[in-house]
Order: sequence, then structure tokens, then C-alpha cells
Amino acid sequence: MKTLVWVEHDHQSVKDATLSTVTAAAKLGEVHLLVAGKGVSGVAEAAAQIAGVGKVHVADDAAYEHFLAENIAPLIVQLMGDHDAVLFPATTTGKNVAPRVAAALDVMQISDILSVEGADTFTRPIYAGNAIATVQTSDKKLVITVRGTAFDKAATTGGSGTVEAVAAAGDKGLSTFVGAEIAASERPELTSAKVVVSGGRALGSQEQFHALIDPLADKLGAAVGASRAAVDAGYAPNDYQVGQTGKIVAPQVYVAVGISGAIQHLAGMKDSKTIVAINKDEDAPIFQVADIGLVGDLFTLVPELTGKL
Amino acid sequence: MKVLVPVKRVLDYNVKPRVKADGTGVDLANVKMSMNPFDEIAIEEAVRLKEKGAATEIVVVTIGVAKAETDVLLTARAMGADRGILIQTDEEVEPLAVAKLLAKVAQEEQPGLIILGKQAIDDDSNQTGQMLGQLLGWAQGTFASKVEIDGERVKVTREIDGGLETVDLKLPAIVTTDLRLNEPRYATLPNIMKAKTKPVAKKTVADYGVDVTPRLKTLKVVEPAKRQAGIKVGSVDELVEKLKGMGVA
Repeated sequence: MKTLVWVEHDHQSVKDATLSTVTAAAKLGEVHLLVAGKGVSGVAEAAAQIAGVGKVHVADDAAYEHFLAENIAPLIVQLMGDHDAVLFPATTTGKNVAPRVAAALDVMQISDILSVEGADTFTRPIYAGNAIATVQTSDKKLVITVRGTAFDKAATTGGSGTVEAVAAAGDKGLSTFVGAEIAASERPELTSAKVVVSGGRALGSQEQFHALIDPLADKLGAAVGASRAAVDAGYAPNDYQVGQTGKIVAPQVYVAVGISGAIQHLAGMKDSKTIVAINKDEDAPIFQVADIGLVGDLFTLVPELTGKL
Repeated sequence: MKVLVPVKRVLDYNVKPRVKADGTGVDLANVKMSMNPFDEIAIEEAVRLKEKGAATEIVVVTIGVAKAETDVLLTARAMGADRGILIQTDEEVEPLAVAKLLAKVAQEEQPGLIILGKQAIDDDSNQTGQMLGQLLGWAQGTFASKVEIDGERVKVTREIDGGLETVDLKLPAIVTTDLRLNEPRYATLPNIMKAKTKPVAKKTVADYGVDVTPRLKTLKVVEPAKRQAGIKVGSVDELVEKLKGMGVA
């Protein structure tokens, strides 16, 4: 099977979620990549180095600069004459584009796969990860989004792909990019961090969230996450949210501070290798999934912990 | 401008799903069903657009069992939708087929805007809105946290990994709602009573001539692997010890 992987990048480097997607694609067959954007020759060169990659299709055009789904989808559809499957990382950008491609090809997309069981069979989570479904497709072309945390990342070196330009499909004129506000962070990216420290509603305020969670995260070299309650209360920005409707993480260590452990939150972190919970309520559901629990007041325990690390 | 809002009846988000022992699916017998939370946000946004004078009529549509009429269409009308369409079927309909049915409804109704939830909390697919955008050839503003209608265009602020992004779309367009778009209002008792007088058109899948044969076959549904029971430590020192043991401190 010939697969195409849509490469997510920031016009500088290939994002980690793409590397996991390459691993998933390699289980299906030959891996080709698509790098679309404006001024992407550097990214294409880097993509060609990814282990196991064959052809790298490059579409360099202003219409692709902001990855607008209305413009990117027709480009991919055009390449699907030659490929049997297209895989996207299940990031906000991947999720935005993939279903348009599926509808154009008249196939059912398979969202957020956890494993490849066969050429037409995959597992995926449903009901906020409370059940895992094994699904078999009868479609001729496959459109798949891949959960990054479920697959190892392909090596970024050792590959010798050939770079080939693709004719741009042009701007469809349906949508335009106005602007973006990207939260600046020196810390590792939440979805690929080895350690994540997350805060919940119990932190009480934005000031206390930063005063307690940030130093602990910095000591552990961790990314900072948050529960929906903490985000809704304005303690942390939206893109910190871990859960069914936020980001899915699976770090080596996940430290949940003042988070009760609602099922929607657990959906985003219960595949972490080790879960540490600090909570004053010893009956909080988070302790049912935590490997290491510490019961007590986070306002004394967290500074003490930060101090002793 | 007319606004179309597709809604879905799903297992209530507070209910812990139970996987059936025979592995055929999740047990939905005798459990509370409600409107998908993202769809409530979609209705709320449509109602706010109407209150601001940007929308003239709100049509709500659902595809599902007969009970969807009382479980979700009534709630939607009580929140402020003007009329409902029930496309009745006892089968599960996949996002692609839902999008095809909705495209037919859109061709009939000619809405200026379609607002959907970003995903249903049962199948967690996150596909229908985007597929509908493709089928209609319309622009899409997915994961919206802010929607501003400006004449023939709509400006949508989207929640993306790493922050926010704003796009400007040509109308008619598709918007899918994210959690922070708004806080849905409650359907009050008087409004629920009033909603019963608002019309619902009853249709079947066959009325639209759409093939809804599933493309995906569910071979089995299992519970996720259980985590090993953990331990509780008595002090910060013990926790530090454990973290050091794992090589992260």
C-alpha cells in the first residue's frame, strides 16, 4: 500500500506528531510525505531525512501558508490518485483538514487511531477513551488521523527521500487568514513532553496557578497542563487543557495537582506511564488511576516539593 | 439569515459508559441520554445571533431514533430554535452519511450559516462539520471560540494547538463550536411548554435518497486496559524519593 502523510510544520521544522504518524503509516506500506506551505524547501529537506521515507511531495504556494482546510484538501485529493491511504496527525490542524479530504473521496475517515491491526483494521477510542473500538473499513481509499501518543516517533535521520515539487491547486477564495495569537512558552510542548505538571481548580486563582505550578514544572523540566475547570476559571490559557476536548498526553510522568479526575480529564492523560496525584480529598477519582498519591493541602505540599527537588 | 443547527442525542456526559460483556458496543439501555454538549453551545450561539439581529430563523435538525424528538429537539426549541426537523432512523449513521443528509437539508433550507458541535462525545469523531463543508463547497471555521458576522462574511476565532487563530470566511459557511464559545442557557419550564407548540417536520432517511450503509464495521468494543492500583505516600520526602527513582528529579 502506498501511503501519504501530511507533514505538520511551522515552516521551520517538522512537528513531533508527524513523526508518530510516519510510524503508523509505515505499518501500512510505503511512506510518502506531503509538505505544503510557503517557503518550505528547508522543511522538505528535513522531511526527506526521516527514516523510512520515500518520496517527499512539496507544494510551495502562498495558498498553503496558513494551512487553510479549503485550500489544502483539494491538493491532497489531487495526490490521492496515486496513493491508497492518507494519514494526518490528530492535531487541531490535521483534524481540520482530514474530513474534507475524506468527504471529497467519498470515504469514512477513521479518527484518532491507537493501533494498526491490519491493512483495513484499526483501533480507536470512543466515549472519551472509556471504550476502545476495533473497526474495519470497506472503503478503497483510507483517510486516517493518528493519535501521536500511541505510536513511537520515527527517527529524524537516516532517511533518503527524494524531493519532488507538486503543482499547487491554488487559492479557493473561500477563506482568508486574519491573524494568530500563539502563546509564547520556553517549556517543552505539552503533547510531546516527558513530564507534565497539571493544575486544577483547587489552585484558586491565576496568580496561585503560576506561583505554584510553574516553579515545579521548571524544576522537573516539564510542560504545564491544566484541567478544564482551571481553564474555564481563567487560571490557565485554553491550549493548556488536557482532556477529551483538549490535548491528549502520555508522558513518562504526569503530576496532577488539585485535579479531581473527571472522566473527561482522564481521557487526556490516563495513558501516562506514571501518574502522580496531589489532592486534599482522599476520595477524589484521580487516586483511582494514580500510581503515587499524596493526600494533603497543595498550598503547603507543592512549595515543599519544589524546594526539595 | 437562516441558521441551521444539527444536533445529536448521545449518552449523557455525566454517565460513565459501560462496555457490553459481549464486546458489541457500549450499553445504552436504560441510561440517560441528552443533547451532545457541543451542540448545546451551537444552539446557544445561533440564539445569540438571532438576539443580535444577525439571524432571522433557527432550524434545528437531528438524525436518530424517535425519542430524539423529545430528548433533543424539544430542548433545542426551548432554548430558542424556531422549528425542528427529525430524520428518523433506528440505525447508527456514520459522520459521512450524516454530512450527506445534512447537505440535502441545507440545499432545501438554504441557510446562511450552519453551526455544529466540534465533536460528539460518543464516537469522538470530529468529522461531520468539515465533511459538510466539503460537500457543500463552503468555507469552515472549526473549533470556534468567537463568531462575528459582518455582512457577507463571518470572522471566526479558532482554538488551535498553541493558541488562537482568526479566519475570515465567505458566507454561507460552516462553524463548529468549541467549549469556550459560550455558556449555553437552561431551557426553562415555561419555554419547554412553549416549545411544544413549535413545529417539527418528521422525515425518514429514505426521503433524502442518501445511502447510509456504514463503511466501517465495528469488530469489537473493549474496555481500556486497567491501571495497576497505586500507592499513597505519606510525605513530600517519600514522593521526592519516588520521583528520583524514576529519574525525573
